[in-house]
Amino acid sequence: MPIERNARLREVQSWGDHFRLIVDAPAIGRDARPGQFVMVKVSEGSSPLLRRPLGIHDADRNGFELFFRVAGQGTEILSRKRPDERLDVIGPLGRGFTVASKGETAALVGGGRGIAPLFFLARALKASGARPVVFYGGRRLADIPLRDRLEKTGFELQCSTDDGSFGFAGFVTALVDKELARVKPAIVYACGPDPMMKALAAITAKHGLAAEFSLESIMGCGIGACWGCVHRIRNENGDGWVKICEEGPVFPGERILWP
Amino acid sequence: MAVTAKPVDLTTDLGFLQLRNPVLTASGTFGYGLEFEPYLDLDKLGGIVVKGLYYKAREGNPPPRLVETPSGLINAIGLQGVGVEAFAAKVLPKLRRLKTAVIVNVCGADDDEYAAVVEFLDKQEGIAAYELNISCPNVKKEGACPALSPRTTFDLVKRIKAASRRPLITKLSPNVTSIVEIAQAAEEAGTDAVALINTLLALAIDLETRRPKLGNVYGGLSGPAIKPIALRMVHQVASRLKVPVIGMGGIMTGADALEFLVAGAAAVEVGTASFVDPDAAVRIVGEIDAWCAAHGIAAVRDVVGTLKTA
Repeated sequence: MPIERNARLREVQSWGDHFRLIVDAPAIGRDARPGQFVMVKVSEGSSPLLRRPLGIHDADRNGFELFFRVAGQGTEILSRKRPDERLDVIGPLGRGFTVASKGETAALVGGGRGIAPLFFLARALKASGARPVVFYGGRRLADIPLRDRLEKTGFELQCSTDDGSFGFAGFVTALVDKELARVKPAIVYACGPDPMMKALAAITAKHGLAAEFSLESIMGCGIGACWGCVHRIRNENGDGWVKICEEGPVFPGERILWP
Repeated sequence: MAVTAKPVDLTTDLGFLQLRNPVLTASGTFGYGLEFEPYLDLDKLGGIVVKGLYYKAREGNPPPRLVETPSGLINAIGLQGVGVEAFAAKVLPKLRRLKTAVIVNVCGADDDEYAAVVEFLDKQEGIAAYELNISCPNVKKEGACPALSPRTTFDLVKRIKAASRRPLITKLSPNVTSIVEIAQAAEEAGTDAVALINTLLALAIDLETRRPKLGNVYGGLSGPAIKPIALRMVHQVASRLKVPVIGMGGIMTGADALEFLVAGAAAVEVGTASFVDPDAAVRIVGEIDAWCAAHGIAAVRDVVGTLKTA
């Protein structure tokens, strides 16, 4: 888990308030696995004070990519970075997805900016000989800007919008529920808002499907020291507050307890 | 400027404990120490103060547990942790191999639990001192803790000092009318040192929902925002106590740490900075060293208590 203090921002791409950053950081890129995250320092001083946890959108031997939506002060500052600027990054951190085996079909369910880590996962699945089917949903068309990129990369893609402006009209979870019988996935992976994952957990449980969900939280440190990013998780010895950064961010769906 | 030929002497003598340098890690911000091994050489620290330990494992508070504020962080973790037995079995054997001093932060729901933690840890080797955590604002209603009154501070410190075979550092709360009064009560009860400040009881509000931003409603504020308050309190206490003062509160750089030494602290603890930069404490040791060298100061102890108020 190196600290890369001087990672060069190679390229910035944007769609409205969504941004994709390509960062040169070989040490992080080489070690990164789908579902892991990095902690990014967005400013020099103490405002904002903390690093920002961001899921790794893609990685290779040259570095890694981030994909995010401007949601607050940290992502706003990050969105103004320009090529050749330097980033201070710790990673890769946390435990990622279990990549399904050759021949297996996997459903990947991304809600809005939750699509970020699923692109990397879909690439890894393809490389391992599995069949990734991506379900990508948002409130409206502007919330699902990666649809072209996903399609061009060659993944089977089904989109949904809550307002019906593109693809299936309704929640992405309703789309998944409708398509399950046809797609027949061996496993369902997801990242998105908590209500989406809670609804999806009910669907996967009903069908007895394996599931892995990536959780999100504000994080103090990202390395297990502050105990600030906990979620209720079921363990052998009962329920407890478990650190998302250390034991997650990816957890088996059936172990995650929803409020 | 002439640079001193000899290396700067960073050793710090607390009387009951000799440290290789004046920089310790603050309890609750450095886990059990081992989490940081990938990022820094733990042996380069003056000491490690591990996360507060109750006798039994502890659940902690419901999330959200953290909220950022301008130059600050409010936390309401609620001292979730593994308990002394798991600490002694799984963590302490690894910490024992370090050359740096290991200080254990001791907690209790009541005085008996504090005593039980110390009684158990007294049987373990590899601990240099205890830091008595009488000041966590996140475990009882409205920040209640023994450090809010001279009486409860005196009684608890006296009892734990008598029960323990190791030196005792008492960690004080800033959420009081007179920090000096509390510090004096701890000194009279026999504490070997005081550490201050713990976090300031704080509230952050989400205006749209009109709900508190933390699951526990209130939390403890740390970070650069609290440094001026911490410096003032360290100066007040160090001016009046005979026992050494360990200063903390928003230290992000070597310059911050040196300001605490000037205010009268014999040593410092680095807290929230370790969240932002896991290697912050070791960087700060280097920055203290460089500042002393650049100012022709042979020993860092010569900086302690040199604030010119006249």
